[in-house]
Amino acid sequence: MAEKAASLSFQDLILTLHDYWGKQGCVILQPYDMEVGAGTFHPATTLRSLGPEPWNAAYVQPSRRPTDGRYGENPNRLQHYYQYQVIMKPSPANLQELYLGSLKAIGIDPLVHDIRFVEDDWESPTLGAWGLGWEVWCDGMEVTQFTYFQQMGGFDCKPVAGELTYGLERLAMYIQGVDSVYDLRFNDPVGDRPGVSYGDVFLANEQQMSKWNFEIADTEKLFRWFRDAEAECKASIAAGVPLAAYDQAIKASHVFNLLQARGVISVQERASYIGRVRDLAKGSCEAHIEKNRAAWEAKFPGWSL
Amino acid sequence: MADFLLELLCEEIPARMQAKASEDLARLFGEKLAEAGLKAERVTSHVTPRRLALIAHGLPGETQAVSEEYKGPRTFAPAQALEGFLRKTGLTQDQLEDRGGVWFAVVEKPGRATVDVLAEAVPAIVRAFPWPKSMRWGDASATTESLRWVRPLQGIVALFDDAVVAIEIDGVVSGRETVGHRFHSTGAVGIADPAAYAGALRAAHVIVDQQERQSIIEARAKALAAEAGYTLIEDKGLVAENAGLTEWPVPLLGQFDPAFLEVPPEVIQLTLRINQKYFVLRDRAGKLAPAFICTANIEASDGGAAIVAGNGKVLAARLSDARFFWEQDKKIPLAEQAKKLARITFHEKLGTVADKVERVAKLAGWLASEGIVPNCDPALARQAAELCKADLVTEMVGEFPELQGLMGGYYAREEGLPEAVAAAIRDHYKPVGQGDDVPTAPVTVAVALADKLDTLRSFFGIDEKPTGSRDPFALRRAALGVIQIVTANDLRFAVAEGDLLDFFADRLKVQQKEAGVRHDLIDAVFGLGGEDDLVCLLARVKALQNFVATEDGANLLAGYKRAANILKKESAEGASQSQTGEEDPGAALDDPDVAEAIRVHEAAFAPSYALEPAEAALVVALDAAEPRADAAISAEDYEGAMAALATLRAPIDAFFDSVTVNAAEPEKRAARLALLQRIYDAVHKVADFSRIAG
Repeated sequence: MAEKAASLSFQDLILTLHDYWGKQGCVILQPYDMEVGAGTFHPATTLRSLGPEPWNAAYVQPSRRPTDGRYGENPNRLQHYYQYQVIMKPSPANLQELYLGSLKAIGIDPLVHDIRFVEDDWESPTLGAWGLGWEVWCDGMEVTQFTYFQQMGGFDCKPVAGELTYGLERLAMYIQGVDSVYDLRFNDPVGDRPGVSYGDVFLANEQQMSKWNFEIADTEKLFRWFRDAEAECKASIAAGVPLAAYDQAIKASHVFNLLQARGVISVQERASYIGRVRDLAKGSCEAHIEKNRAAWEAKFPGWSL
Repeated sequence: MADFLLELLCEEIPARMQAKASEDLARLFGEKLAEAGLKAERVTSHVTPRRLALIAHGLPGETQAVSEEYKGPRTFAPAQALEGFLRKTGLTQDQLEDRGGVWFAVVEKPGRATVDVLAEAVPAIVRAFPWPKSMRWGDASATTESLRWVRPLQGIVALFDDAVVAIEIDGVVSGRETVGHRFHSTGAVGIADPAAYAGALRAAHVIVDQQERQSIIEARAKALAAEAGYTLIEDKGLVAENAGLTEWPVPLLGQFDPAFLEVPPEVIQLTLRINQKYFVLRDRAGKLAPAFICTANIEASDGGAAIVAGNGKVLAARLSDARFFWEQDKKIPLAEQAKKLARITFHEKLGTVADKVERVAKLAGWLASEGIVPNCDPALARQAAELCKADLVTEMVGEFPELQGLMGGYYAREEGLPEAVAAAIRDHYKPVGQGDDVPTAPVTVAVALADKLDTLRSFFGIDEKPTGSRDPFALRRAALGVIQIVTANDLRFAVAEGDLLDFFADRLKVQQKEAGVRHDLIDAVFGLGGEDDLVCLLARVKALQNFVATEDGANLLAGYKRAANILKKESAEGASQSQTGEEDPGAALDDPDVAEAIRVHEAAFAPSYALEPAEAALVVALDAAEPRADAAISAEDYEGAMAALATLRAPIDAFFDSVTVNAAEPEKRAARLALLQRIYDAVHKVADFSRIAG
């Protein structure tokens, strides 16, 4: 396994991608400081994919999916993991080539590994968003979701943004050739300072958070938090601060996910909760557009909603 | 004559859309050419994940000159009429021809260069292309008016022999350069002319012909399987899909841990095929082999070792999940799982799945206890029905919905439930379509039938019937399933009534068409009304079909129609009604007035005159045939009933040959009409012959 010794550590994988996408003109952002289910929820994607302004960004986003927790016992499933997100608007003509370049940069040789673009359209009911694209396969494993956004918050994307979402742990496990996420080399030893594994960093977190998500979180409080976030979101929309409103929409979405993990939302109620979250997200998008519309129209003659 | 090459290069086209897109391109191209009066000698089309291509062979250099003639106003018509005609044709008066006092304009249209036609046709085709889903992209997508394509369109090659046809679509400009394989080729690939297209791309590691890629995959996969001592389980759909995912297909064989084979083989097969698009193999004993064949898109520099290792790892993770589901599900008895069905809505007006299960269980039990399904233990039927949907809440079916039923069967067996119950749970969705196996095991029959009947009755009960192509609850399939189960097992009972019975009649016609049963004969038997026993109905239809194919049958039908026509005409006149082209000669007889008129005729029938020999013979024949037919029908001996009717054929023919119905004497006429009515009634004991064609 010559490849293993030469492969990137988890943090070097991130640094390599940062370096690569930074050189393509992406602003390298830091993770959004709220609990979200996917990198798409970061306002740098959701809100920035609206409107005519060019926008190119890349960032790591910790993603929380409470129901995926397995108390640290499943080698592939985590309730907290990382996505690497790239958003480029308008979508560059050579986005596929740029993406393949990033795979080469992290050590995947497309003449050794079988890279494929397999149809996979994306839809997020809670964001009122959809797009066409692929899941990218590397030797039969899905390593990236590649999407051309067509709509966000119920609005046509004008212009369309290209979005890449890399599953970092999966990709790292593949590159490092390990079977358990907890065995990933997070970094490499330097001199007499030992390297640290992913498990060293996150195993206890997975164990405790799984327990909290599934067993401990006080559902009465969660329901209250959901109502509070919903009210706060609506109040912020009314007050003309859509960015603040969107934060509350994200919060409501995460609390809903926790309620799901606690198993206290019935099948019938589920659809209604999703509808409420979607209304908040769409409302925030709408307010964001209204706030910027005049400026966008002035700055981009010919552009209209 | 020249050839035209068109290649539309784009980002990866979904595999499932490629075949249709390739056909659409050829069709639309043909249509556009035809509009301009052009036709290619032959069109070949190709499709790969990244390109749609078409070569039109044998196109003329230009379209034919045509001369079109327009008829104008008369030469003495008012001036405005002539002016209008000149404006329309764009000619002057001296260019018109006077033919017998009428102005004619002859417009000569010169031929057009074919390249001009092509330069117009291609953008029109691209803009209107019928992709199932299409998208906008890039700078142009700042407006929603921008070009839509299945994925971003990247290039156009358009060559008329060796010349580029100038085309521009939303900034994409035609040329003679394309690209080769994504990884095996770098830079542009120049195409000299249409004949060089496939070769130039082959040199750049692209096999443009989808059939050839399919053949490569199939042949290589078979060979790999044989080398490993296995047999490939052939799967045309999977071959096509893999050919749609690769431009340079390279099948590779890998292994997985045989320990996974403890999971049901269907689960493994689905994991391999659906999730990973791998081919499945069998060992010499016919069992699933611990191996897979994936299809790579590259000739890997390490011979494919890394690809096989990577795919093997992904597969192991997937199979671990499957095994986890299998083991988790086995821990929970189906009866426990079934309780969770109370949480799932079946239909907002029809309650939960648990409610449905309860209805099905009752019905299945009834079908068994009434002996409608023979040799079926009602308790087992109920038990199987109560558990038949329990697997819907298992982890495995959550992951693989297509395994519903099958998994329930496995779990039931693991739990030690009776084999008949396990089999019924497994097979109760059957038959799914015409070609599928039809259940014959009694408990399975009861549950499969009850499930479908309940679905049909429930949805008809809330007036959710299929209309046109809309059949969201698959009621046609359910009805077809009922018909198949009932007929295959000779189940005797009233399947339905009212609308639902009519719906069954329609389905039966469709279903029996394939078996060569005429739909008018089904109508003829259904037309009598009251027949809700499908087995009995089909037996009658079959006897009828055999009968009308005989000479006796055909002649009896002719005699019947003659009688019915006379009766109809007579009753129409008798009731002073004007009949207008009524198709059904017997229809008037349903009219109460007409029936009354006939009763009067019959009352008048007391032969006070000497019967003619043929008349007397017919009476004798009817006297004999009627009770015979009645008895045969009661005994469900439809052949016997037909044979009874057949005895009427000769007397009827003789009657029509030698007896005048429309006799001058009212008494004779009335008596003879009554005789015809007896013929009509006798025949209708068997079927409504008026609905039989011919």
